Amino acid sequence: MRDLFHGELVRITAEEPEARAKSEVRWQRDTEFHRLADGDAAQITSEKKIKEWFEKQAEQGFKPERYPFSVRTLDEDKYIGFFGLWVDLIHSVAWVGIGIGERDFWGKGYGTDMMKLCLQYAFTELCVQRVSLGLHEYNPRALRSYEKCGFRLEGRTRKDIRREGRRTDTLWMGILREEWEALQK
Amino acid sequence: MNDVFTGKLVRLSAFDPEEMSKAFTRWNLNSEYVRLLSSSAQPMQSAKSAAKWMEKEIEEMSPANYFFSIRTLAEDKLIGGLGLDVVNWPGRDAFVGLGIGETDYWSKGYGTDVMNVLLRFAFTEINLRRVTLTVFEYNPRAVRSYEKAGFRHEGHLRNYLNREGRRWNELYMGILREEWIELNNHAPSAAEDGG
Amino acid sequence: MFDIQTQLFEGPDIRFGPIDHEKDPEIESKWTHDSEFMRLMEVNPARPMSAAMVKKQYEKLEKQVEENKNLYYFTIRAKADDRLMGKALIQWIEWTNGNGFLQLGIGAAEDRRKGYGSQALRMLLRFAFAELNLFRVSAIVPEYNEGAIALLKKFGFVQEVCRRQSLERDGRRWDLLVFGLLNDEWRNQA
Repeated sequence: MRDLFHGELVRITAEEPEARAKSEVRWQRDTEFHRLADGDAAQITSEKKIKEWFEKQAEQGFKPERYPFSVRTLDEDKYIGFFGLWVDLIHSVAWVGIGIGERDFWGKGYGTDMMKLCLQYAFTELCVQRVSLGLHEYNPRALRSYEKCGFRLEGRTRKDIRREGRRTDTLWMGILREEWEALQK
Repeated sequence: MNDVFTGKLVRLSAFDPEEMSKAFTRWNLNSEYVRLLSSSAQPMQSAKSAAKWMEKEIEEMSPANYFFSIRTLAEDKLIGGLGLDVVNWPGRDAFVGLGIGETDYWSKGYGTDVMNVLLRFAFTEINLRRVTLTVFEYNPRAVRSYEKAGFRHEGHLRNYLNREGRRWNELYMGILREEWIELNNHAPSAAEDGG
Repeated sequence: MFDIQTQLFEGPDIRFGPIDHEKDPEIESKWTHDSEFMRLMEVNPARPMSAAMVKKQYEKLEKQVEENKNLYYFTIRAKADDRLMGKALIQWIEWTNGNGFLQLGIGAAEDRRKGYGSQALRMLLRFAFAELNLFRVSAIVPEYNEGAIALLKKFGFVQEVCRRQSLERDGRRWDLLVFGLLNDEWRNQA
């Protein structure tokens, strides 16, 4: 069977709460990263609190509807980001959230490699029938990356985000299992 | 689809710990019933203790666990209980457990009817791919009932049980979605989507 | 039959040992980052675990061993340097029926195919049959785990159940098999 955890540039890991908190606290303060990745208002949380949150996660263990992963580069083993899958178990569909906190790794194909690993996991291990995601219209780099992975633009919710006084749309994309399988051939 | 929970003789209804725990303790006085249902000896539980346990189960419910009361359509009588537990989501496989505590309702088609309702729920509502069950060799009535509902034999664990000084096999039975669809002559669209 | 003095927990190259809460979590965390290992050991979706999560899992395990009294868990350790190599367990024990389900795994790919699995299974079976006095043991294995199937058959396990297409992985469906071995059958092999 194929290796689920290794791509061409990155690999999937489970980081220790301390390591995650150390990186998260930096990424959280990077406004540009935050605004690309998230819809909620920027927050500042202490490293201690973040670490506690991750420790609590470790305590609770795995849930069948949620799959959070950390990502490291293959060549230098650097912890650069994350992706997570939320699964609707009854309907067998998943939502993905993905982010590269280390800005040095933007625009170099790492995101696309991460998404490819994510889709492989979703379709061959979770065996869902489709994967969905949302992104900000002001994030064209992400849009291009997702299109490369096979996502299709399915719609947009108009002017539902307001930042720096401007209103922007949220774009919604999806990829079906048969579309992904066809791409693998 | 009018009511996925109603069959020809029975309907599945909400699991109410207070009502169920009382019925439960009464049914468990019948050792034949207990031995048909459980592989290991259970202590006799008070209704109070059973209710508490049931309430906890309900609280911890997830999309993987379902339990129902079984009531007759004719008299709305509570006759048993049913549980469904998804054991593997990617494979969409679940275990079903069924017990009819009211012995007057044995051998009259109630078990098969319950199972038919359950399978329809499992395959068309939870979108499962297969349903699995275990049944003891000394329970031929249940085995026949499950065969009627479409379950196929998948083997048995040899000499799994030790009761009354001898050993008995534990049978495994399973039904795949495709098999159930064929049995029930459902429209092709139900079979199309792989998920 | 072995005599009382023959060690239950010692093999030629490996031994059974308790969990080392300090050293083991990091090692087991590494195994979980190997999707091949996870797919052999687990029917649930394979995912890596941090050492923190493994530690929590060990705590839950020991609690279960103590409270439920239907689980025996051993770590498999190299005799040479006591390093953690795998795990061996008997679970879901029903005392009135004398049954249990066993599971074992060697964590690192470079440690597999060296006969340690055989050594561990031999010890686990002796423990099950000559110490726990179980009447039979079962093992659940996906049909793609050819290594485990070969090992079980070598020890006389018989395939008893085939849960058809119970799993889906890597784009296809797989059967889940259940193997069984009776105490008499084990005894007659020696």
